[in-house]
Amino acid sequence: MRRTASRLTWADVTPKAAFLNRRSLIAGAAGLALASPALAKLSYVKSRYSTDAAPNSFEDITSYNNFYEFGLGKEDPAENAGALTVDPWSVAIDGLVEKPGNYDLADLLKGVALEERIYRFRCVEAWSMVVPWIGFPLSQLLDRVGVQPGGKYVAMETLVRPKEMPGQASAILDWPYREGLRLDEAMHPLTILATGLYGEEMPKQNGAPIRLVVPWKYGFKSIKSVVRISLTDKEPQTTWNMQNPNEYGFYSNVNPEIDHPRWSQATERRIGAGLFGGRQPTLMFNGYGDEVAGLYAGQDLAKDF
Amino acid sequence: MPGRIWRRISEVLAEALNGWLRKFPAWPIYIVAPLPAVFLFWQGVAGTLGPDPVRAIEQQTGLYALQLLIAGLAVTPLRRFAGVNLLKFRRAIGIMAFSYVALHLSTWLVLDMGLYLSQALGDVVKRPYITLGMAAFLMLVPLVATSNDRALRRLGALRWRKLHRLTYPAAVLAAVHFVWLVKAWPLQPFLYLGAVVGLLALRVKPKRRAPDAARGAVSP
Repeated sequence: MRRTASRLTWADVTPKAAFLNRRSLIAGAAGLALASPALAKLSYVKSRYSTDAAPNSFEDITSYNNFYEFGLGKEDPAENAGALTVDPWSVAIDGLVEKPGNYDLADLLKGVALEERIYRFRCVEAWSMVVPWIGFPLSQLLDRVGVQPGGKYVAMETLVRPKEMPGQASAILDWPYREGLRLDEAMHPLTILATGLYGEEMPKQNGAPIRLVVPWKYGFKSIKSVVRISLTDKEPQTTWNMQNPNEYGFYSNVNPEIDHPRWSQATERRIGAGLFGGRQPTLMFNGYGDEVAGLYAGQDLAKDF
Repeated sequence: MPGRIWRRISEVLAEALNGWLRKFPAWPIYIVAPLPAVFLFWQGVAGTLGPDPVRAIEQQTGLYALQLLIAGLAVTPLRRFAGVNLLKFRRAIGIMAFSYVALHLSTWLVLDMGLYLSQALGDVVKRPYITLGMAAFLMLVPLVATSNDRALRRLGALRWRKLHRLTYPAAVLAAVHFVWLVKAWPLQPFLYLGAVVGLLALRVKPKRRAPDAARGAVSP
């Protein structure tokens, strides 16, 4: 709550230049090297794709994470992600693209107009949040690198760096973490690459410096800390599907009618609702049916779960 | 022989420990064991359990329940193999274990499932790990109902002991319930399952015992 209020103050009242100036003054006073890793403020525009639901607090969003690279507990990423080096960061773009290469993150973001996308976020574990992401449509990037006619799927990989990602010391998942989308899903305007949240650079535990966000799919599809984007002609392997194909399908669209074999997906618990928050019904495609249902016309979603 | 010396030392230590334990009554367990639950709910109400207090309470009460079940199962092997006698604390441990199981179940039903009782009932039937947890709970109900001297007298020691062997399957089901509900294969649930299975394995008496095996440490 408090966080929301301060965000509005920053964005609406303080000119960015003055803000940055002030921050540099503070940093200077603190003695640059000692300054805590102050997150840089991002400039962005609002988006019509944002929900008007109230976002979860910054605290909720940054302290309750599934990011097995940093441990299995929800609190582990916030505790262990601090050591992750996110600068320099490069993303390999390869496969069926016109302009393959190792792109520096700054190059990828050059000329990109960042947007705020306040999205519902539904985890396969039947909890949910609302997150004010900052990012840009994945389609913009794919258009820039040029998808060859044979490209039908987009595969992505998370960084593998066991020295900085202690969870990778154990073989709990088959690293690197892999995810993928069909090309039409990847090109959909709701699908974004996010580089921040709450107007600030992406916190490390949330997938810094750049991650995917696909709001109508279960959270694990929204791969974090992306280092590779490949265009393929075949459905790529995805981590949770490799781990347990009966429980996690390639599509993994939010669907209250298709239960996870071990728990119901009909309802969800809103994180941040407190001890007596109860449950609310889960919406088809996480409430984004109007925008995305057409992608799956003619598909049997019970089979392509 | 060093083996004999060690056995003698452990006997002396066990005797000393037993003498010390004799001074303690069992009733403080009923006061101390609920304290973590009180603290947990107080934290939940105060909002210091993090973004998802429901999940935190659910998991923690489940863990306490398993820990108490394991503590109860440890009493007999400790007596048999180490000569340490905790028998008089076992009833309190068992009743507290059941209380945590009941608290865990109520947390799930009331705080987690909220008003979606039909979904909760559906889950009991359809979700194996919830079915197992519920079965473990039901097995413990007759045990807590007979955890008093009157029931013990009415049933007779033999039948009472037979009935209370339900603890064994209940503990196994509870541990499997834990293994089954997590994603991937983290270590912790397997440690609990291993502890339960290990403590049960210690109860399996070999058909023909070597004359001197495990005799030295039997309590008086």
